[in-house]
Amino acid sequence: MKRTVALLMENQSGALSRVVGLFSQRGYNIESLIVAATEDPSLSRLTMTTTGDEKVIEQITKQLNKLIDVVKVLDLGESDYVERELMLVKFANESITRETIKKLNGEIVFENNELLNIQFVGSSEELDQVLKNLASSHPLEIVRTGASGISSNLKTLTI
Amino acid sequence: MSKEQISGADALLRSLHEEGVELVFGYPGGAVLHIYDAIFNQDKVEHVLVRHEQGAVHAADGYARSSGKPGVAIVTSGPGATNAITGIATAYMDSTPVVVISGQVRSGLIGTDSFQETDMIGVSRPIVKHSFLVQKAEDIPSIVKKAFHIATTGRPGPVVIDVPKDITDIGYTFDFEYPKEIDIRSYKPVKEGHPGQIKRAVKLLLRAKKPVIYSGGGVIQDNASSELIKLAKLLDFPVTNTLMGLGAYPGSDPKFLGMLGMHGTYEANMAMHNCDLILAVGARFDDRITNNPDKFSLSAKKIHIDIDPASLSKIINIDVPVVGSAKECLHQIIEELGTQSHKIDHEKLEPWHQQISAWKEAHGLNHNLLDQKPAGGKILPQQVIQSLYKETKGEAFITSDVGQHQMFAAQYYFFNKPRRWINSGGLGTMGFGLPSAMGVQFAFPDSDVVCVTGEGSIQMCIQELSTCLQYNLPIKIINLNNAALGMVKQWQDMQYGGRHSSSTYENSLPDFVALAKSYGHAGIKVKKYEDLELAMKECFAMKGKLVFLDVDVDPEEHVYPMLEAGMSMKDMHLSKEIKTW
Ligand SMILES: Cc1ncc(C[n+]2csc(CCOP(=O)(O)OP(=O)(O)O)c2C)c(N)n1
Ligand SMILES: [Mg+2]
Repeated sequence: MKRTVALLMENQSGALSRVVGLFSQRGYNIESLIVAATEDPSLSRLTMTTTGDEKVIEQITKQLNKLIDVVKVLDLGESDYVERELMLVKFANESITRETIKKLNGEIVFENNELLNIQFVGSSEELDQVLKNLASSHPLEIVRTGASGISSNLKTLTI
Repeated sequence: MSKEQISGADALLRSLHEEGVELVFGYPGGAVLHIYDAIFNQDKVEHVLVRHEQGAVHAADGYARSSGKPGVAIVTSGPGATNAITGIATAYMDSTPVVVISGQVRSGLIGTDSFQETDMIGVSRPIVKHSFLVQKAEDIPSIVKKAFHIATTGRPGPVVIDVPKDITDIGYTFDFEYPKEIDIRSYKPVKEGHPGQIKRAVKLLLRAKKPVIYSGGGVIQDNASSELIKLAKLLDFPVTNTLMGLGAYPGSDPKFLGMLGMHGTYEANMAMHNCDLILAVGARFDDRITNNPDKFSLSAKKIHIDIDPASLSKIINIDVPVVGSAKECLHQIIEELGTQSHKIDHEKLEPWHQQISAWKEAHGLNHNLLDQKPAGGKILPQQVIQSLYKETKGEAFITSDVGQHQMFAAQYYFFNKPRRWINSGGLGTMGFGLPSAMGVQFAFPDSDVVCVTGEGSIQMCIQELSTCLQYNLPIKIINLNNAALGMVKQWQDMQYGGRHSSSTYENSLPDFVALAKSYGHAGIKVKKYEDLELAMKECFAMKGKLVFLDVDVDPEEHVYPMLEAGMSMKDMHLSKEIKTW
């Protein structure tokens, strides 16, 4: 089962390697991982998607909480949440039509006479679907950020 | 006024002193030369020069385990740091409060593969509770404060402070002020158990007809032994201790089941398998206890008290998990029992106690082996432990290494007080025994400190015999010499058709008595059963001296009981011939 876990950690060198190291050390998967400083520059927010049953996810959140650099952990899957991922795809100019781009809610973020860079935003699942639909247009390069998420209730991941 | 201009090196020593550190174990080298000069220039913190950095960390660890105070080791960068790793991993697996200060190359050289550079933060990352790379001298006081706070609170563990050489440079001074308090926003270990969970636990405790208290190292670490004893007596429950938990409940108490698990007693393992309630305190249901978790104590309700939330329901599903310190939670349970209107019914436990006595009767350990001359003529290793127990009246501090000798010591020495049994349970580190005994002897200069070891293990840190001479440590080394890596050989006997692949030494063992003498100590060799008790007496009569008692024991002896892999706790080998399944 896929799960999204978000956490706040000290924005300092070494913190990220402890979080990532924990996953390899304890044999957990990281499917995607995204991290950036928050509005409070002393904190970074990290979102990762991982797979595992209920028990594994519980262990993961507990083990993450034990790390001294980790300030707060939220298993987003505990309640409703919104997940978004950004994907950029490059095409040779003639290989994709404007119509297809529009139908898939893509946005052209760069173009010249050789190529097009197109941006797609959606849940990871939606983007998987978009990619399937794009296959026949022969994308030259695909980059995905990995999902970030925010809960859909008043419970916040803040300190 | 309280502020003073001092160097980073002096600040480090001052900070250690502020933390109450009286003793550090270490080994010098280029990256820590400033620190060693600072050590030389003060007299508050004594430095003990070991012979190998692994020994420094084990000694600090032994000091910590026996005294309850944090242990400190100082090592240089590169090889000094990597030599310390086994010690750090040992402390990590047994959750002991050790602070390791490692030198690092100058800040400007980090990342350039400079001489004796190792990424200590990276290398030690999975085996520390936390670590710090000092980036400016001014941070030393607050980092030391945090390091000791983290190492000693919550679930204790080792903390590394990596100090680049320029940080301790005498040429740079700053205002030293030691912080009185420290706040780490992400680290607030709880002590008290949730009152609702305590109530739920008490309900189960009162309902049980076939209960067992299973306690581990957490009870010792948290100084919760008296609460454990009080609760057990109040409820009249039998108690078993893990390898790490021995001494938390008096070993010679009639309600004590002995150790449980892989080499636990028959009655302890049978009780765990057949009980209707387990109260686990400061123990973690590891694989050396549970055997196959899918077959573990299927009919028991389980209450688990632990300071580490991640230990709860990690391996075995728990009915009533309680996060909190062992001492506090046990105290809460005792209080709650006091307020309960219904009486504690000791009567209903009677059949259970009788069942346990019957198990003990049938297959319990024989604690009177010493009186009988062994049939095969060779001294039994168990007899050596019994003789040791008799001679020290159960009052000694016993450290151990890893192997059969360790298990015999755990099984046959009755530990009646906590912090008297010091061994590497989690990592199983051969070489731990002698250096950890040094730490214990420093913490308790007037007590008998014994290292029960094997001829394999002792050779892994034998160099510390030299340290023992320099500091006059009258440790008694009891070497159960079976001329083999006995525990390995036992597994080869049982599972590999007796093929002893690299578990014996083909007559290459040293003369340990001569070896001890060459290090300036005393040595005694025992070969015959008739000489054992006298030699033991002689050994302890040499008060101020380290004595190496090298006892030839029966190499054919196996450690029993032994759980059968993949099965439940009731499935044990009881001897070479008898199995319970
Ligand atoms: C550093 C280390 N290496 C290897 C092992 C694996 N091991 C466990 S017990 C053992 C044999 C120990 O021999 P000895 O110290 O003579 O004890 P005995 O079992 O003979 O009493 C070995 C090799 C270990 N625990 N630690
Ligand atoms: Mg041996």
